[in-house]
Amino acid sequence: MSRYSVASLLRHSLRGHRGWARAWRDPEPKKHYDVVIIGGGGHGLASAYYLARLHGIRNVAVVEKGWLGGGNTGRNTTIVRSNYLIEPNAHFYEHSLKLWEGLSQELNYNVMFSQRGVLNLAHSDAQMDAAARRGNAMRLNGIDAELLTAEDVERMVPHLDFSGHARFPIHGGLLQPRGGTARHDAVAWGFARAASALGVDLIQNCEVTGIRRQANRVLGVETERGFIGCGRLGMAVAGNSGHVAAMAGLRLPIESHVLQAFVTEGLKPLIDTVVTYGAGHFYISQSDKGGLVLGGDIDGYNSYAQKGNMPLIEHCLAAGMQVFPCLSRLRILRHWGGVMDMSMDGSPIIGKTPLDNFYINGGWCYGGFKATPGSGWVFAHTIAHDRPHALNAAFTLDRFERGLAIDERGGGPTPNVH
Amino acid sequence: MLIRCPWCGERDLSEFYYGGDATLKRPAEDADLKAWHDYVYLRDNPKGPHKELWQHSAGCREFLVVTRDTLTHAISDVRPVKGI
Repeated sequence: MSRYSVASLLRHSLRGHRGWARAWRDPEPKKHYDVVIIGGGGHGLASAYYLARLHGIRNVAVVEKGWLGGGNTGRNTTIVRSNYLIEPNAHFYEHSLKLWEGLSQELNYNVMFSQRGVLNLAHSDAQMDAAARRGNAMRLNGIDAELLTAEDVERMVPHLDFSGHARFPIHGGLLQPRGGTARHDAVAWGFARAASALGVDLIQNCEVTGIRRQANRVLGVETERGFIGCGRLGMAVAGNSGHVAAMAGLRLPIESHVLQAFVTEGLKPLIDTVVTYGAGHFYISQSDKGGLVLGGDIDGYNSYAQKGNMPLIEHCLAAGMQVFPCLSRLRILRHWGGVMDMSMDGSPIIGKTPLDNFYINGGWCYGGFKATPGSGWVFAHTIAHDRPHALNAAFTLDRFERGLAIDERGGGPTPNVH
Repeated sequence: MLIRCPWCGERDLSEFYYGGDATLKRPAEDADLKAWHDYVYLRDNPKGPHKELWQHSAGCREFLVVTRDTLTHAISDVRPVKGI
Protein backbone atom coordinates (compact mmCIF):
# COMPACT_ATOMS: atom_id res chain seq x y z
CA MET A 1 0.00 0.00 0.00
CA SER A 2 1.44 3.36 -0.97
CA ARG A 3 0.91 5.94 1.74
CA TYR A 4 -1.31 8.91 1.06
CA SER A 5 0.45 12.20 1.77
CA VAL A 6 0.82 15.72 0.46
CA ALA A 7 3.87 14.53 -1.47
CA SER A 8 1.96 11.68 -3.12
CA LEU A 9 -0.89 14.05 -3.96
CA LEU A 10 1.52 16.50 -5.63
CA ARG A 11 3.30 13.70 -7.48
CA HIS A 12 0.04 12.28 -8.84
CA SER A 13 -1.34 15.70 -9.71
CA LEU A 14 1.66 16.29 -11.96
CA ARG A 15 0.72 13.07 -13.80
CA GLY A 16 -2.91 14.08 -14.13
CA HIS A 17 -4.11 11.72 -11.36
CA ARG A 18 -3.92 8.75 -13.73
CA GLY A 19 -1.50 6.71 -11.64
CA TRP A 20 -3.41 6.04 -8.43
CA ALA A 21 -3.41 2.37 -7.46
CA ARG A 22 -6.64 0.76 -6.29
CA ALA A 23 -7.14 1.14 -2.56
CA TRP A 24 -7.59 -2.55 -1.75
CA ARG A 25 -7.07 -5.91 -3.43
CA ASP A 26 -9.93 -7.93 -4.96
CA PRO A 27 -8.82 -11.51 -4.25
CA GLU A 28 -10.44 -14.84 -5.02
CA PRO A 29 -11.58 -16.49 -1.78
CA LYS A 30 -9.21 -19.09 -0.37
CA LYS A 31 -10.50 -22.48 0.79
CA HIS A 32 -9.84 -21.77 4.45
CA TYR A 33 -9.07 -18.85 6.75
CA ASP A 34 -8.17 -18.61 10.41
CA VAL A 35 -11.02 -16.12 10.82
CA VAL A 36 -13.94 -15.26 8.57
CA ILE A 37 -16.02 -12.17 9.30
CA ILE A 38 -19.49 -12.02 7.73
CA GLY A 39 -20.32 -8.44 6.80
CA GLY A 40 -18.14 -5.87 5.05
CA GLY A 41 -19.50 -2.76 6.70
CA GLY A 42 -17.60 -0.53 9.07
CA HIS A 43 -17.83 -2.97 11.98
CA GLY A 44 -16.70 -6.04 10.03
CA LEU A 45 -13.86 -4.18 8.33
CA ALA A 46 -12.72 -2.63 11.61
CA SER A 47 -12.79 -6.07 13.25
CA ALA A 48 -10.62 -7.53 10.49
CA TYR A 49 -8.25 -4.57 10.65
CA TYR A 50 -7.71 -4.84 14.41
CA LEU A 51 -7.35 -8.65 14.21
CA ALA A 52 -4.46 -8.13 11.79
CA ARG A 53 -3.03 -5.00 13.37
CA LEU A 54 -3.23 -5.77 17.10
CA HIS A 55 -3.54 -9.55 17.36
CA GLY A 56 -1.31 -10.79 14.53
CA ILE A 57 -4.12 -12.76 12.89
CA ARG A 58 -3.75 -11.93 9.19
CA ASN A 59 -5.23 -15.00 7.51
CA VAL A 60 -8.64 -13.31 7.63
CA ALA A 61 -11.47 -12.84 5.13
CA VAL A 62 -14.35 -10.38 5.24
CA VAL A 63 -17.29 -11.78 3.24
CA GLU A 64 -19.77 -9.17 2.00
CA LYS A 65 -23.00 -9.77 0.05
CA GLY A 66 -22.89 -6.41 -1.74
CA TRP A 67 -20.22 -3.75 -1.80
CA LEU A 68 -18.15 -2.54 1.14
CA GLY A 69 -20.01 -0.10 3.39
CA GLY A 70 -23.22 -0.47 1.37
CA GLY A 71 -25.42 -1.33 4.34
CA ASN A 72 -25.93 0.77 7.42
CA THR A 73 -22.44 2.28 7.16
CA GLY A 74 -23.83 4.18 4.18
CA ARG A 75 -27.28 4.74 5.68
CA ASN A 76 -26.80 6.68 8.90
CA THR A 77 -26.62 10.31 10.01
CA THR A 78 -22.86 10.08 10.80
CA ILE A 79 -23.12 11.26 14.43
CA VAL A 80 -20.32 10.31 16.84
CA ARG A 81 -20.71 10.76 20.61
CA SER A 82 -20.22 9.02 23.95
CA ASN A 83 -22.80 10.83 26.13
CA TYR A 84 -24.11 7.74 27.92
CA LEU A 85 -25.38 7.37 31.47
CA ILE A 86 -24.88 3.68 32.24
CA GLU A 87 -21.34 2.47 32.99
CA PRO A 88 -20.74 -0.22 30.35
CA ASN A 89 -22.09 2.07 27.62
CA ALA A 90 -20.09 5.08 28.85
CA HIS A 91 -16.76 3.23 28.90
CA PHE A 92 -17.30 1.43 25.62
CA TYR A 93 -18.46 4.45 23.60
CA GLU A 94 -15.78 6.67 25.13
CA HIS A 95 -13.13 4.17 24.05
CA SER A 96 -14.64 4.28 20.58
CA LEU A 97 -14.61 8.09 20.58
CA LYS A 98 -10.93 8.07 21.53
CA LEU A 99 -10.21 5.75 18.61
CA TRP A 100 -12.10 8.16 16.32
CA GLU A 101 -9.85 10.98 17.50
CA GLY A 102 -6.77 9.26 16.08
CA LEU A 103 -8.40 7.29 13.28
CA SER A 104 -7.34 9.34 10.23
CA GLN A 105 -3.67 9.06 11.30
CA GLU A 106 -4.02 5.38 12.28
CA LEU A 107 -5.51 4.43 8.91
CA ASN A 108 -3.66 6.99 6.76
CA TYR A 109 -7.10 7.85 5.42
CA ASN A 110 -9.07 11.01 6.10
CA VAL A 111 -12.27 9.94 7.82
CA MET A 112 -13.19 13.64 8.17
CA PHE A 113 -13.94 13.33 11.88
CA SER A 114 -15.22 16.74 12.88
CA GLN A 115 -15.58 17.36 16.63
CA ARG A 116 -18.25 20.01 16.26
CA GLY A 117 -20.03 19.03 19.47
CA VAL A 118 -23.29 17.20 20.15
CA LEU A 119 -25.94 19.29 21.89
CA ASN A 120 -28.96 17.61 23.54
CA LEU A 121 -31.70 20.16 24.19
CA ALA A 122 -33.76 20.16 27.40
CA HIS A 123 -37.29 21.57 27.49
CA SER A 124 -38.37 21.43 31.14
CA ASP A 125 -36.94 21.63 34.65
CA ALA A 126 -37.17 17.85 34.86
CA GLN A 127 -35.20 17.46 31.64
CA MET A 128 -32.57 19.89 32.94
CA ASP A 129 -32.24 17.74 36.06
CA ALA A 130 -31.88 14.63 33.90
CA ALA A 131 -29.28 16.41 31.74
CA ALA A 132 -27.32 17.45 34.85
CA ARG A 133 -27.45 13.90 36.15
CA ARG A 134 -26.24 12.43 32.87
CA GLY A 135 -23.57 15.13 32.51
CA ASN A 136 -22.29 14.41 36.01
CA ALA A 137 -22.24 10.67 35.34
CA MET A 138 -20.28 11.32 32.14
CA ARG A 139 -17.74 13.53 33.90
CA LEU A 140 -17.30 10.94 36.67
CA ASN A 141 -16.47 8.49 33.88
CA GLY A 142 -13.91 10.88 32.39
CA ILE A 143 -16.11 12.03 29.50
CA ASP A 144 -16.51 15.70 28.61
CA ALA A 145 -19.92 17.25 29.28
CA GLU A 146 -21.14 20.79 29.78
CA LEU A 147 -24.54 21.85 31.08
CA LEU A 148 -25.74 24.87 29.11
CA THR A 149 -28.33 27.48 30.06
CA ALA A 150 -30.95 28.67 27.58
CA GLU A 151 -28.79 31.76 26.95
CA ASP A 152 -25.75 29.58 26.23
CA VAL A 153 -27.80 27.52 23.77
CA GLU A 154 -29.17 30.62 22.03
CA ARG A 155 -25.66 32.03 21.57
CA MET A 156 -24.49 28.72 20.17
CA VAL A 157 -27.42 27.90 17.86
CA PRO A 158 -29.36 31.14 17.27
CA HIS A 159 -31.75 29.62 14.70
CA LEU A 160 -33.48 27.45 17.27
CA ASP A 161 -36.99 28.55 18.26
CA PHE A 162 -36.39 31.19 20.93
CA SER A 163 -39.46 33.18 19.83
CA GLY A 164 -41.21 32.70 23.17
CA HIS A 165 -44.06 30.92 21.38
CA ALA A 166 -42.51 27.44 21.21
CA ARG A 167 -44.75 24.64 22.44
CA PHE A 168 -41.74 23.20 24.26
CA PRO A 169 -39.46 26.15 25.09
CA ILE A 170 -35.75 25.47 25.40
CA HIS A 171 -34.57 25.50 29.02
CA GLY A 172 -30.95 24.62 28.25
CA GLY A 173 -28.99 21.64 27.09
CA LEU A 174 -26.21 19.15 27.61
CA LEU A 175 -23.21 19.57 25.30
CA GLN A 176 -20.53 17.03 24.58
CA PRO A 177 -17.88 19.19 22.86
CA ARG A 178 -15.79 16.21 21.67
CA GLY A 179 -18.75 14.65 19.85
CA GLY A 180 -19.38 15.41 16.21
CA THR A 181 -19.69 13.80 12.79
CA ALA A 182 -17.52 11.80 10.42
CA ARG A 183 -17.55 10.83 6.76
CA HIS A 184 -19.42 7.52 6.71
CA ASP A 185 -17.98 6.04 3.50
CA ALA A 186 -14.44 7.06 4.41
CA VAL A 187 -14.59 4.98 7.59
CA ALA A 188 -15.40 1.83 5.63
CA TRP A 189 -12.89 2.63 2.89
CA GLY A 190 -10.16 3.55 5.36
CA PHE A 191 -10.54 0.33 7.34
CA ALA A 192 -10.82 -1.69 4.10
CA ARG A 193 -7.63 -0.24 2.64
CA ALA A 194 -5.65 -0.63 5.86
CA ALA A 195 -6.94 -4.19 6.45
CA SER A 196 -6.21 -5.23 2.89
CA ALA A 197 -2.66 -3.90 3.20
CA LEU A 198 -2.17 -6.13 6.26
CA GLY A 199 -3.24 -9.21 4.26
CA VAL A 200 -6.97 -9.38 4.95
CA ASP A 201 -8.99 -10.67 1.97
CA LEU A 202 -12.08 -8.58 1.23
CA ILE A 203 -14.56 -10.73 -0.70
CA GLN A 204 -17.36 -8.59 -2.15
CA ASN A 205 -20.55 -9.64 -3.96
CA CYS A 206 -20.46 -12.92 -2.08
CA GLU A 207 -23.55 -13.53 0.03
CA VAL A 208 -23.37 -16.05 2.82
CA THR A 209 -26.19 -18.54 2.25
CA GLY A 210 -25.53 -20.97 5.06
CA ILE A 211 -23.32 -21.82 8.02
CA ARG A 212 -21.87 -25.34 8.10
CA ARG A 213 -21.75 -26.85 11.59
CA GLN A 214 -20.40 -29.99 13.18
CA ALA A 215 -21.80 -30.57 16.66
CA ASN A 216 -21.09 -27.35 18.56
CA ARG A 217 -18.50 -25.98 16.14
CA VAL A 218 -18.74 -23.94 12.99
CA LEU A 219 -16.74 -25.33 10.05
CA GLY A 220 -17.26 -22.47 7.64
CA VAL A 221 -19.75 -20.61 5.51
CA GLU A 222 -21.61 -21.57 2.34
CA THR A 223 -21.47 -18.63 -0.04
CA GLU A 224 -22.46 -17.70 -3.58
CA ARG A 225 -18.84 -18.44 -4.48
CA GLY A 226 -18.61 -21.80 -2.75
CA PHE A 227 -17.71 -23.05 0.70
CA ILE A 228 -15.17 -21.09 2.74
CA GLY A 229 -13.79 -22.87 5.78
CA CYS A 230 -12.69 -21.06 8.91
CA GLY A 231 -11.19 -21.62 12.33
CA ARG A 232 -13.37 -18.94 13.86
CA LEU A 233 -16.41 -17.14 12.52
CA GLY A 234 -17.62 -13.67 13.44
CA MET A 235 -20.75 -11.95 12.22
CA ALA A 236 -21.07 -8.17 11.98
CA VAL A 237 -24.23 -7.82 9.92
CA ALA A 238 -26.39 -5.55 12.08
CA GLY A 239 -29.83 -5.23 10.54
CA ASN A 240 -29.61 -8.82 9.35
CA SER A 241 -28.33 -10.45 12.56
CA GLY A 242 -31.52 -12.45 13.10
CA HIS A 243 -31.40 -13.73 9.53
CA VAL A 244 -27.73 -14.79 9.65
CA ALA A 245 -27.87 -16.19 13.20
CA ALA A 246 -30.78 -18.38 12.11
CA MET A 247 -28.37 -20.06 9.65
CA ALA A 248 -26.43 -21.21 12.70
CA GLY A 249 -29.64 -22.28 14.45
CA LEU A 250 -29.72 -19.38 16.92
CA ARG A 251 -32.64 -17.16 17.91
CA LEU A 252 -31.64 -13.69 19.07
CA PRO A 253 -33.10 -11.05 21.41
CA ILE A 254 -33.37 -8.79 18.37
CA GLU A 255 -36.03 -7.46 16.00
CA SER A 256 -35.14 -5.79 12.67
CA HIS A 257 -36.73 -2.38 12.17
CA VAL A 258 -36.47 0.33 9.53
CA LEU A 259 -35.04 3.76 10.35
CA GLN A 260 -35.42 6.60 7.86
CA ALA A 261 -33.07 9.54 7.41
CA PHE A 262 -33.10 12.64 5.23
CA VAL A 263 -30.86 15.17 3.51
CA THR A 264 -32.15 18.57 2.45
CA GLU A 265 -30.97 20.68 -0.46
CA GLY A 266 -27.66 22.39 0.21
CA LEU A 267 -27.56 25.76 1.89
CA LYS A 268 -25.04 28.13 3.40
CA PRO A 269 -23.65 27.39 6.88
CA LEU A 270 -26.59 27.25 9.31
CA ILE A 271 -25.83 24.67 12.02
CA ASP A 272 -22.20 24.14 13.04
CA THR A 273 -22.87 21.45 15.64
CA VAL A 274 -25.15 18.44 16.10
CA VAL A 275 -28.48 19.29 17.73
CA THR A 276 -30.95 16.81 19.19
CA TYR A 277 -34.47 17.79 20.18
CA GLY A 278 -35.52 16.76 23.67
CA ALA A 279 -39.30 17.06 23.35
CA GLY A 280 -39.48 14.81 20.31
CA HIS A 281 -37.02 12.43 18.72
CA PHE A 282 -35.11 14.44 16.13
CA TYR A 283 -31.42 15.05 15.40
CA ILE A 284 -29.77 17.27 12.82
CA SER A 285 -26.38 18.39 11.57
CA GLN A 286 -25.08 20.04 8.41
CA SER A 287 -22.81 18.18 6.02
CA ASP A 288 -19.71 19.71 4.48
CA LYS A 289 -21.65 19.98 1.21
CA GLY A 290 -24.28 22.12 2.95
CA GLY A 291 -27.20 19.70 3.12
CA LEU A 292 -28.90 19.26 6.46
CA VAL A 293 -28.70 15.63 7.57
CA LEU A 294 -31.58 14.68 9.85
CA GLY A 295 -33.54 11.82 11.31
CA GLY A 296 -35.79 10.71 14.13
CA ASP A 297 -37.62 7.59 15.29
CA ILE A 298 -37.75 4.18 13.67
CA ASP A 299 -41.01 3.36 11.87
CA GLY A 300 -41.82 0.90 14.63
CA TYR A 301 -42.70 -2.38 12.87
CA ASN A 302 -40.48 -5.30 11.83
CA SER A 303 -38.83 -4.62 8.51
CA TYR A 304 -35.89 -5.66 6.36
CA ALA A 305 -37.06 -3.41 3.52
CA GLN A 306 -34.58 -0.47 3.63
CA LYS A 307 -37.57 1.77 2.96
CA GLY A 308 -40.13 3.27 5.30
CA ASN A 309 -43.56 4.84 5.23
CA MET A 310 -45.04 8.33 5.10
CA PRO A 311 -46.42 8.77 8.67
CA LEU A 312 -42.91 8.63 10.13
CA ILE A 313 -41.63 11.16 7.59
CA GLU A 314 -44.34 13.60 8.63
CA HIS A 315 -43.69 12.90 12.32
CA CYS A 316 -39.93 13.41 12.00
CA LEU A 317 -40.15 16.60 9.95
CA ALA A 318 -42.83 18.02 12.26
CA ALA A 319 -40.44 17.54 15.19
CA GLY A 320 -37.73 19.29 13.18
CA MET A 321 -40.04 22.21 12.47
CA GLN A 322 -40.82 22.57 16.17
CA VAL A 323 -37.20 23.10 17.03
CA PHE A 324 -35.99 24.85 13.84
CA PRO A 325 -38.95 26.78 12.35
CA CYS A 326 -36.57 28.27 9.76
CA LEU A 327 -36.43 24.89 7.97
CA SER A 328 -40.06 25.14 6.83
CA ARG A 329 -39.41 25.93 3.17
CA LEU A 330 -36.42 23.65 2.67
CA ARG A 331 -36.87 20.77 0.26
CA ILE A 332 -35.81 17.23 1.02
CA LEU A 333 -33.27 16.17 -1.56
CA ARG A 334 -32.78 12.53 -0.60
CA HIS A 335 -34.20 10.12 1.91
CA TRP A 336 -33.56 6.48 2.67
CA GLY A 337 -34.17 3.67 5.11
CA GLY A 338 -31.73 1.42 6.90
CA VAL A 339 -32.45 -1.83 8.72
CA MET A 340 -31.67 -1.71 12.44
CA ASP A 341 -30.99 -4.57 14.81
CA MET A 342 -33.24 -3.42 17.65
CA SER A 343 -32.12 -5.29 20.74
CA MET A 344 -34.30 -5.95 23.77
CA ASP A 345 -32.58 -3.37 25.98
CA GLY A 346 -31.33 -0.85 23.42
CA SER A 347 -27.69 -1.90 23.89
CA PRO A 348 -25.48 -3.90 21.52
CA ILE A 349 -24.49 -7.55 21.73
CA ILE A 350 -20.77 -8.22 21.22
CA GLY A 351 -19.38 -11.50 22.38
CA LYS A 352 -19.54 -15.25 22.36
CA THR A 353 -22.50 -17.40 21.31
CA PRO A 354 -23.56 -20.88 22.47
CA LEU A 355 -21.42 -22.24 19.57
CA ASP A 356 -17.72 -22.70 20.40
CA ASN A 357 -16.10 -20.70 17.63
CA PHE A 358 -18.89 -18.37 16.48
CA TYR A 359 -18.98 -14.77 17.68
CA ILE A 360 -21.69 -12.15 17.37
CA ASN A 361 -21.46 -8.40 16.89
CA GLY A 362 -24.91 -6.86 16.48
CA GLY A 363 -27.92 -5.35 18.18
CA TRP A 364 -26.69 -1.83 17.48
CA CYS A 365 -30.18 -0.31 17.41
CA TYR A 366 -29.58 3.04 15.78
CA GLY A 367 -26.28 3.79 17.47
CA GLY A 368 -23.87 1.67 15.49
CA PHE A 369 -22.01 4.21 13.38
CA LYS A 370 -20.29 5.98 16.27
CA ALA A 371 -19.24 2.61 17.64
CA THR A 372 -17.48 1.50 14.44
CA PRO A 373 -13.82 1.63 15.60
CA GLY A 374 -14.59 0.59 19.19
CA SER A 375 -16.80 -2.25 18.00
CA GLY A 376 -14.09 -3.64 15.73
CA TRP A 377 -11.49 -3.18 18.47
CA VAL A 378 -13.35 -5.20 21.12
CA PHE A 379 -14.70 -7.75 18.62
CA ALA A 380 -11.17 -8.48 17.35
CA HIS A 381 -10.05 -8.96 20.95
CA THR A 382 -13.00 -11.25 21.66
CA ILE A 383 -12.31 -13.43 18.60
CA ALA A 384 -8.54 -13.51 19.09
CA HIS A 385 -8.67 -14.45 22.79
CA ASP A 386 -11.98 -16.36 22.80
CA ARG A 387 -13.19 -14.11 25.60
CA PRO A 388 -14.49 -10.55 25.71
CA HIS A 389 -12.39 -7.53 26.60
CA ALA A 390 -13.38 -5.70 29.80
CA LEU A 391 -14.99 -3.03 27.60
CA ASN A 392 -17.51 -5.46 26.06
CA ALA A 393 -17.78 -7.97 28.90
CA ALA A 394 -21.23 -6.64 29.80
CA PHE A 395 -22.64 -6.82 26.25
CA THR A 396 -23.19 -10.58 26.31
CA LEU A 397 -25.86 -12.48 24.44
CA ASP A 398 -27.02 -14.18 27.65
CA ARG A 399 -27.38 -11.02 29.77
CA PHE A 400 -31.17 -11.11 29.47
CA GLU A 401 -31.54 -14.51 31.11
CA ARG A 402 -29.13 -13.41 33.84
CA GLY A 403 -31.12 -10.26 34.60
CA LEU A 404 -28.29 -7.97 33.51
CA ALA A 405 -29.94 -5.95 30.75
CA ILE A 406 -28.26 -2.60 29.93
CA ASP A 407 -31.33 -0.47 29.44
CA GLU A 408 -30.22 3.15 28.97
CA ARG A 409 -33.77 4.26 28.22
CA GLY A 410 -35.53 2.12 30.82
CA GLY A 411 -37.92 0.91 28.14
CA GLY A 412 -38.02 -2.82 28.86
CA PRO A 413 -38.08 -5.58 26.23
CA THR A 414 -39.89 -3.49 23.62
CA PRO A 415 -37.51 -3.15 20.66
CA ASN A 416 -39.71 -0.72 18.75
CA VAL A 417 -39.42 1.99 21.42
CA HIS A 418 -35.68 1.96 22.17
CA MET B 1 -48.68 1.26 3.99
CA LEU B 2 -52.42 0.56 4.18
CA ILE B 3 -53.99 -2.11 6.38
CA ARG B 4 -57.42 -3.49 5.50
CA CYS B 5 -59.25 -3.63 8.83
CA PRO B 6 -62.01 -6.28 8.66
CA TRP B 7 -64.46 -3.80 10.19
CA CYS B 8 -63.33 -0.38 8.93
CA GLY B 9 -61.86 -1.14 5.53
CA GLU B 10 -58.51 -0.01 4.15
CA ARG B 11 -56.93 2.53 6.52
CA ASP B 12 -53.63 4.34 6.77
CA LEU B 13 -50.77 2.96 8.83
CA SER B 14 -50.93 5.98 11.14
CA GLU B 15 -54.25 4.71 12.58
CA PHE B 16 -52.64 1.52 13.86
CA TYR B 17 -50.47 0.58 16.84
CA TYR B 18 -47.90 -2.17 16.36
CA GLY B 19 -47.94 -5.10 18.78
CA GLY B 20 -45.12 -7.26 17.46
CA ASP B 21 -44.77 -10.98 16.73
CA ALA B 22 -48.18 -12.69 16.94
CA THR B 23 -46.81 -16.23 17.07
CA LEU B 24 -45.33 -15.99 20.57
CA LYS B 25 -47.08 -18.31 23.00
CA ARG B 26 -47.25 -17.23 26.63
CA PRO B 27 -45.79 -20.00 28.84
CA ALA B 28 -47.70 -21.53 31.72
CA GLU B 29 -47.44 -19.57 34.97
CA ASP B 30 -45.23 -22.26 36.50
CA ALA B 31 -43.00 -22.68 33.44
CA ASP B 32 -39.25 -22.53 34.07
CA LEU B 33 -37.15 -19.40 33.71
CA LYS B 34 -35.79 -20.44 30.32
CA ALA B 35 -39.28 -20.69 28.84
CA TRP B 36 -40.11 -17.22 30.15
CA HIS B 37 -36.80 -15.80 28.90
CA ASP B 38 -37.40 -17.21 25.44
CA TYR B 39 -40.95 -15.82 25.39
CA VAL B 40 -40.02 -12.32 26.59
CA TYR B 41 -36.72 -11.81 24.77
CA LEU B 42 -36.18 -14.11 21.78
CA ARG B 43 -37.70 -13.56 18.34
CA ASP B 44 -37.67 -15.45 15.05
CA ASN B 45 -37.41 -12.04 13.34
CA PRO B 46 -38.02 -13.53 9.86
CA LYS B 47 -36.98 -11.91 6.61
CA GLY B 48 -40.20 -12.59 4.71
CA PRO B 49 -43.76 -13.35 5.84
CA HIS B 50 -44.34 -12.31 9.47
CA LYS B 51 -47.49 -12.79 11.55
CA GLU B 52 -47.84 -9.73 13.73
CA LEU B 53 -50.30 -7.95 15.99
CA TRP B 54 -51.70 -4.55 15.09
CA GLN B 55 -54.36 -2.62 16.97
CA HIS B 56 -56.64 -0.30 15.04
CA SER B 57 -56.14 2.19 17.84
CA ALA B 58 -57.50 5.24 16.01
CA GLY B 59 -60.45 3.28 14.64
CA CYS B 60 -62.46 0.37 16.00
CA ARG B 61 -59.70 -0.44 18.55
CA GLU B 62 -59.80 -4.15 17.65
CA PHE B 63 -56.59 -6.20 17.66
CA LEU B 64 -55.70 -7.79 14.34
CA VAL B 65 -53.31 -10.50 13.21
CA VAL B 66 -51.66 -9.26 10.03
CA THR B 67 -49.45 -11.38 7.80
CA ARG B 68 -46.97 -9.01 6.22
CA ASP B 69 -43.75 -9.57 4.28
CA THR B 70 -40.96 -7.80 6.18
CA LEU B 71 -38.90 -7.50 2.99
CA THR B 72 -41.59 -5.84 0.83
CA HIS B 73 -44.22 -4.66 3.37
CA ALA B 74 -46.87 -6.43 1.24
CA ILE B 75 -49.79 -7.60 3.38
CA SER B 76 -51.25 -10.98 2.45
CA ASP B 77 -53.75 -11.54 5.24
CA VAL B 78 -55.60 -9.62 7.96
CA ARG B 79 -57.89 -11.27 10.46
CA PRO B 80 -59.29 -10.48 13.88
CA VAL B 81 -57.27 -11.76 16.79
CA LYS B 82 -60.38 -13.23 18.38
CA GLY B 83 -60.65 -16.92 17.74
CA ILE B 84 -56.96 -17.38 16.84
